[in-house]
Amino acid sequence: MSKSLNFYSNLRTFFEEVGALARFAGRYFREVFSPPFEFRELISQCYNMGNKSLLLVGVTGFILGLVFTLQSRPTLLEFGAVAWMPSMISISIVREIGPVIIALICAGRIGSGIGAELGSMKVTEQIDAMEVSGTNPFKFLVVTRVLAATLMLPILVIFGDFIALVGSAIIENIKGGVSFQLYFNQVFDALEFTDLLPATLKTFFFGFAIGLVGCFKGYNSKKGTAGVGEASNSAVVYTSMLLFIIDFIAVFIADIFY
Amino acid sequence: MKKNNSHTSGKAVLEINDLYKGFGELKVLNGFNLVLYEGENLVMMGKSGSGKSVMIKCMVRLLEPDSGNIKILGKDISTLSHQEMDKLRTEIGFLFQGSALYDSMTVRENLEFPLRRHTDKFDLKDTDELVMEALKNVGLEHTVDLMPEELSGGMQRRIALARALILKPKIILYDEPTTGLDPITSKEIIELMKTIQDKYNTSSLIITHDVDCARVISNRMILLLDGINYVEGTFQELSSSEDPKTKAFFK
Repeated sequence: MSKSLNFYSNLRTFFEEVGALARFAGRYFREVFSPPFEFRELISQCYNMGNKSLLLVGVTGFILGLVFTLQSRPTLLEFGAVAWMPSMISISIVREIGPVIIALICAGRIGSGIGAELGSMKVTEQIDAMEVSGTNPFKFLVVTRVLAATLMLPILVIFGDFIALVGSAIIENIKGGVSFQLYFNQVFDALEFTDLLPATLKTFFFGFAIGLVGCFKGYNSKKGTAGVGEASNSAVVYTSMLLFIIDFIAVFIADIFY
Repeated sequence: MKKNNSHTSGKAVLEINDLYKGFGELKVLNGFNLVLYEGENLVMMGKSGSGKSVMIKCMVRLLEPDSGNIKILGKDISTLSHQEMDKLRTEIGFLFQGSALYDSMTVRENLEFPLRRHTDKFDLKDTDELVMEALKNVGLEHTVDLMPEELSGGMQRRIALARALILKPKIILYDEPTTGLDPITSKEIIELMKTIQDKYNTSSLIITHDVDCARVISNRMILLLDGINYVEGTFQELSSSEDPKTKAFFK
């Protein structure tokens, strides 16, 4: 009896949270198009999220390309299909693995950072101080961060995908003697517009989800300093789950149209 | 409720009538009333959890009251739009208990922040001058390029006071301005509050537990008990009261 009550209580909390997140997103869309616009803060956030994530995304992409090629090579050799390596790697990375892995990395770096920053501002009354000074804190803190994440994630994913292909090309060059020119010729032969468009479009939604959930968790954090850690942690957990849901929907829709 | 005659005169800049606020079952304010007059230092004392901070947050609409009426500079704040309320907030300085300085910004950026958002009230080219004037008022010109984390608690409180003053507000709300500070720094903050009040003729509402602060700075006092203004009067009247509940605050 108590177990079923507990289940319903958890389910209710979950749906309440989803409802609150939907209202938060609604407020974002109401405020993103209305002046005043915080351009300085938006540029600063784009720099923080984009430029400061480049190294992490680059390293992740490079290792992803290396490992993926090393792992796939023996199987393709066995079937005499090693010549398909550049095509297979490029399609897998650009269409699916690159966006998802890099978005997950960014959920850890950007989402948790936003959650912790806004959570800390909330518990130390900095958000209240902003409101009292006649500034709309939602517009200054949330709108700029969500918009910056939405704009920066596609750029980071494109950069990460490219570095992953470079990593893969290095392995192919070392193991198979394939020149970089031949490798990238095959990559661009294999990739089509229909591979790039849905893959890039979904990264805008990934960025939006990372920014929105991070801001939602931080902006509504409670319970003092413990709440800051909780906001940061749950921002990553919820975003990761949301990324897979968005990915599933994106793949499903892309499958219908292409 | 026992009420002493208060020594009040001048124009009311802040009026609270019959304010109620609760959180679920917990009723915090139960018909609270208050008037703050122009140029007055009104001190409010009350036990922890008695609703002082809730009341002060209702005044700037950080919290919405359940019922009741708050008028600031003649405007009923419940009828104001967000934009109108933001404009009115430029007339109200708020010193937070924990200073609430923006920790990712330097002292200069902390002070510039409200100025940049109210260019209708100030010219942006005067920003530097206004920042330095505010810092001079609190005696911390040398900290202009430091980060809040590099300052002591007392210095942070003074910078927060400078930030509260930078828009030249008509009313300043102090939420426990001396809490967490040593006696010497507390005394410095109290003196600073007095100096600022004399210089700018602001009206101040000060929430405090500090009897010394109340003695030095108050023109009038209110004791908040059980969600109502239990007693009002001057420091001398209240501190010499025979009422046991009032006496307990001055022990």
